[in-house]
Amino acid sequence: MSEESFRFSKSNKTLIAVLLIIPMVLLFIGVYGGLMQTLFRAGIIQSDPFVGGDYYKGLTFHGVLNAIVFTTFFAVAFGNSLIPYSLKKALNSKVAWTGGILMLVGSVMAAIMTLIGEATVLYTFYPPLKAHPLFYIGLTLLVVGSWVASANWVPMYLTWRKENAGLKTPLAVVGMFTTFIVWFIATLAVAVEILFMLLPWSLGLIDEVNVMLARTLFWFFGHPLVYFWLLPAYVMYYVFLPKMAGGKLYSDMAGRLVFMMFIVFSIPVGTHHQYMDPAISSQWKLLHGIFTFAVALPSLITAFTLAASLEHAGKKNGGKGLFGWIWKLPFFDKEKWFFAYLITGLLIFIFGGIGGIINASYQLNTIVHNTAWVPGHFHLTVAGPVTLAFLGGSLYLIGQVMNKEVRLKAWALFSPYIYTIGLLIMSYGLKIGGLMGMPRRTNTGASYANPDSILFQADWMVYINMTVVGGVIMFVGIVMYITSFFTTVFSKSREEEGVITFPISEPLHDEPATWLRNFKPYIVIAIILIVLSYTPVIYDVIQSTYGGSPPYSPDSPVPLR
Amino acid sequence: MDKSEKLALILSGALLVVFFGAIMYAAMAKDIDVPTCITGMDPFTTDTLFQTGPDSYELQMVARMWAFQPSTVRLPVGSTVDLYVTSQDIIHGFKIEQHNVNLMAVPGAINYIRVTFNKPGEFLYACHEFCGAAHHTMAGRFIIEEGGL
Repeated sequence: MSEESFRFSKSNKTLIAVLLIIPMVLLFIGVYGGLMQTLFRAGIIQSDPFVGGDYYKGLTFHGVLNAIVFTTFFAVAFGNSLIPYSLKKALNSKVAWTGGILMLVGSVMAAIMTLIGEATVLYTFYPPLKAHPLFYIGLTLLVVGSWVASANWVPMYLTWRKENAGLKTPLAVVGMFTTFIVWFIATLAVAVEILFMLLPWSLGLIDEVNVMLARTLFWFFGHPLVYFWLLPAYVMYYVFLPKMAGGKLYSDMAGRLVFMMFIVFSIPVGTHHQYMDPAISSQWKLLHGIFTFAVALPSLITAFTLAASLEHAGKKNGGKGLFGWIWKLPFFDKEKWFFAYLITGLLIFIFGGIGGIINASYQLNTIVHNTAWVPGHFHLTVAGPVTLAFLGGSLYLIGQVMNKEVRLKAWALFSPYIYTIGLLIMSYGLKIGGLMGMPRRTNTGASYANPDSILFQADWMVYINMTVVGGVIMFVGIVMYITSFFTTVFSKSREEEGVITFPISEPLHDEPATWLRNFKPYIVIAIILIVLSYTPVIYDVIQSTYGGSPPYSPDSPVPLR
Repeated sequence: MDKSEKLALILSGALLVVFFGAIMYAAMAKDIDVPTCITGMDPFTTDTLFQTGPDSYELQMVARMWAFQPSTVRLPVGSTVDLYVTSQDIIHGFKIEQHNVNLMAVPGAINYIRVTFNKPGEFLYACHEFCGAAHHTMAGRFIIEEGGL
């Protein structure tokens, strides 16, 4: 066995392949839903030509499948490969499969409920809109499965630490544990929301729920969720990107600092999604705003560290001068197609990051809250750097675990560039439309974008049409990717036995950073901040709301019981 | 940590402090705030509009599937409105175009903001939270008229 490789058991390789392939199919259904939404919004279609149903059903499966299912699976599959590889320790197959199967069963359940129109509640599933109980059970199984899968890594890590006292934990492992520490704490709140409120209420065991409380618990989970999406992408940026560019990671300590800051500040920030909500005092909203600014800091550090790493690589590749190094990066190298997925994501994240700071800016949120600006923003984050990194990572991993050469490399290489062009056009249309007052989550095609409606808004049309153009281009990019992915899956395996490898970057500046070597103090600080920031919020909500809400179907103003 | 890294860290921190300063300035000096927790207001289920002073009004608005009540509000230019919004059924959203008003209408809670209409015209308010099959038809207008009612 060579230094850089680690042999995975056949069963574990099969598991990782399954955890990549099935969500890829679900992702494509979701992407199809996304394309249809741009057509709905522009009034081009009135009902879904293939799946049936209206805009809101499509919006639900687009959100659930792309933002929740695909991302969770990738994070688990990525951890199942990167952690054993980095620690040189075998994964416990039984536990890994148990987690994977729970996730698969749950996702398929939630997907079916959504596709047959029994859960048109969007991916935030706010009560008192009610979904079928199997939708909530499916989401719960997905989450529990991801807990099982990640708990599997803990004994591996503890043994490694015992055997390697004094050594730094590999940065990739720090990043993956950070991802799942944030995920675990955050999902506790949504577990409470689902298991003690929505599920029994949906089953008819309890009559009413407190809507504000459910909403607050959702956002306790909902914002750290975006870091759960982002962190595996950060792992790829810090650990893979510098090496793929031909250089080294500028600062190892910066990476460790960034991950620890995410543990501390990812969670006490959720109320910035509720700036416009009743029943929460504005000073607590401001407190969550301050912490949100704090969590912007690690991303600004990342921007510097990655740019410095790329500059180092470009100069090593022969680039001269202040900007000459940029052109020495492997943008269009077919053999380094993975680089394209990471660099496009980083460019998009410049706009995504700026938009995020705008949204978090307290009163400024008044202008953008729940307008089309918001999907414009988060398509530049979760559908930008996150999706692109996860797509690149999925293709890389599937080649590794199935021992196959990636096929249609030119398609794989140009897909992220085409997707990025489409994404920038679509998000521009959504964002400007939002600033003009266009609401999000709204089938504008049936009213605001319909010239026959009294609600017709002529000046929104150019921006709505822009989302169609952008959406179609994005779809073309994804089709190219999916073609390459499945051609690879169904191609013949390599003759020789394969060993899984990852492009792990070496640090340029490596400091001991002993104060960043232990998760515990940062988890403790995170818990303290969560208690401080959420106790008054929950108190306000419980103390100033009245009455409970019976369940409603999206089709009728009369409650279901 | 090398010199450029330290500098980047300091500049990033300073940038965030400046942004935060701008927020505090808007809140303190310009009195632009976000909705807060309202207590001491009785729950209401019907809409009401009444005058509370020479240029000031109180409007209690009810959102329900799939209409705002009232759906048209006529007021003279210069009116300051104490706006209370609640929902009778599920979650709705309320935003007045070209004004700093954006409120979630949540059942079991009352939301509040004060707004002044300084220019004449028609201002759309569209429901911006998904509220079921006819969500996209849920909207209303403020009609702000020159020179009194």
